[in-house]
Amino acid sequence: MQAQATQFAGGFSNTPVDAAHAFRAAMTVMARPGEIRTLSGAQAPVPVSGAAATLLLTLCDPETGVYLAGASDTPEMRQWLTFHTGAPLVDAAQADFAVGTWTDLLPLKTYRIGTSEYPDRSATLIVECHALAQTGATLSGPGIKNTSQLNLPDIPALQANSMLYPLGMDFFFTSGTQVAALPRSTQIAKG
Amino acid sequence: MANEIDTGNSARKAWMSLIASAPEEVMMALWGAMDNRPSFDWLRVPEVGGVMVRGRMGGTGAPFNVGEMTVTRCSLVLGDGTVGHGYIQGRSKPKAEAAALIDALMQTEAAALVQRDVLKPLADQVAQTKSNRAAKAAATKVEFFTMVRGED
Amino acid sequence: MYVAVKGGERAIENAHAWLAEERRGDTSVAELSTAQIREQLSLAVNRVMAEGSLFDADLAALAIKQSRGDLIEAIFLIRAYRTTLPRFGASRPVETGQMACDRRISATFKDAPGGQVLGPTFDYTHRLLDFKLAAEGEVTPTEQGTPREDVTPHITEFLQGEDIIQREPESDAVPGDLTREPMEFPANRALRLQSLTRGDEGFILGMAYSTQRGYARNHAFVGELRIGKVAVEMDIPELGFAIEIGELELTECETVNQFQGSKTEPPQFTRGYGLVFGQSERKSIAMALVDRALRWEELGEDNLGAAAQDEEFVLSHSDNIQATGFLEHIKLPHYVDFQSELELVRKLRREVEERTTAHQEAAE
Repeated sequence: MQAQATQFAGGFSNTPVDAAHAFRAAMTVMARPGEIRTLSGAQAPVPVSGAAATLLLTLCDPETGVYLAGASDTPEMRQWLTFHTGAPLVDAAQADFAVGTWTDLLPLKTYRIGTSEYPDRSATLIVECHALAQTGATLSGPGIKNTSQLNLPDIPALQANSMLYPLGMDFFFTSGTQVAALPRSTQIAKG
Repeated sequence: MANEIDTGNSARKAWMSLIASAPEEVMMALWGAMDNRPSFDWLRVPEVGGVMVRGRMGGTGAPFNVGEMTVTRCSLVLGDGTVGHGYIQGRSKPKAEAAALIDALMQTEAAALVQRDVLKPLADQVAQTKSNRAAKAAATKVEFFTMVRGED
Repeated sequence: MYVAVKGGERAIENAHAWLAEERRGDTSVAELSTAQIREQLSLAVNRVMAEGSLFDADLAALAIKQSRGDLIEAIFLIRAYRTTLPRFGASRPVETGQMACDRRISATFKDAPGGQVLGPTFDYTHRLLDFKLAAEGEVTPTEQGTPREDVTPHITEFLQGEDIIQREPESDAVPGDLTREPMEFPANRALRLQSLTRGDEGFILGMAYSTQRGYARNHAFVGELRIGKVAVEMDIPELGFAIEIGELELTECETVNQFQGSKTEPPQFTRGYGLVFGQSERKSIAMALVDRALRWEELGEDNLGAAAQDEEFVLSHSDNIQATGFLEHIKLPHYVDFQSELELVRKLRREVEERTTAHQEAAE
């Protein structure tokens, strides 16, 4: 019975307050691409990070399909997500949210990019990274005064995504309890 | 083995279903009279939410959404690791907590006691209420008798 | 010119305070409890639950108390509350065939198994005011019969055996939800039924009546009307099986309509369906009639141009909260809009006057 308890653990301790803080952080990083914030409160089974777990609890519910990519797709993780969010587990092509490492999430062309009537019917990818740093790619566009920098896993692929605007995917990057984001509206240049 | 699990599930389904719609006052009175309440930790504190209720076209056809109902749920774990879930109709957090504790205790050695002191009397009372209503309905059943059968 | 004005806070506060006082009424008269409303005005509570689209009798009673008995205002309060609830999921479709019927009648089959059970109906009352109730409402205990043990089968099952009534195609397709996705036309029957069951009773009644009076020509019989309680089951992911999460009172009406057949369908009976929260008999019959009228296209009938056949018309105007919101907003300050209209009318009048004067001068 003790083993069974773990899938039920790791939720928010004070849901309304924790979720509101997490939502604020998620919204801030998405509105200010390149900014890195702390995001914690939830604990998912390994290997999913605290930041990714907190994002999932904040953004997912029974009406958002979630794709667990590669190493994040474990029975424990499935049970944890189901108990805490009720979100259905789906394939990449149906996903509203996907979580995993960059290589596990590939290929990007599998995910939904929205339609011209409903650009919002697209996937949001939660990319688990080794570390987040304000170095590497140069970002500009809405929400960025002049430019900002962020270490991105694959600049050409993300440039191709931003070319699809107003369609395309949005990205969160997570590492430990850190989060950053890259919306489809951001222009990306090398270094 | 599979059968044992099925029986376990159907027993658990039965007590959870009974508690979900049982009148709160009756259930809380029975539950309140029980001693030795176990200590527990929350896995999910009681939360009030909605469930979309579906019907079927023509009673038997394709589903459609009728409207929502309020439901309160919570989950907890006893000291020995037993997990209890509470799902009840309405917005009572105390009732949801009691429901989850009863669900947990029913998986422990206390099951017989909970069954005897809470679930059995509760089920009897619910059955009595249903039977009373059915009896009143039965009294309004029309007994037809033919007045005239004419053939001109 | 644009003028932003501010003000009225004190007036609004005082208006709210007075509203609260008026709601309470004469304090020498005992205050109503929500339990009294729930138990003694239960049909008003049912209507608020049905059109508020949330089954919770205590909340509906509170909304009625707060709204001073204005049911549309009460429905508004429930709809607003509903949006704050996290959605845990959807139930399995309720099995109305398993209903514990308080009432079950058929206008088409006298001797249906299960019989004609009148239940607590107004039908055979004389609609005479009962002045005894003004003094005291004590009641004598109801007669009791022998409770029926078996479930009461649906009437349409008997016709289905003969294949003389249209079958309802079985399906487990996930229905669209108009509270989640904006309605698009053409809508499907699932969305139409959801819209009708939460629609305004008066509007649905008017539409249904129009079909009876000849607009959309469909002559309906009440094949079956049943009122009673059904269990609601939901799959609980963390358990891996379904449990009952509660019990609802529902009213279900199935109409049987004569149908001559069309290019695609043989002559047979067709059906309209109504399913409404609570004891809501008039609403569920009306819903079934309107549902049937809106099915003209799938049955290959002619569009007679009747309002009740026009899905866009019916569904866009059935929601009393949308309707009242748009209707009542025109009483709120529109000073700036009106100022520009005033300027326009004055200008037009000046132009007309100038033209008339010029015309007169030319004529002289």
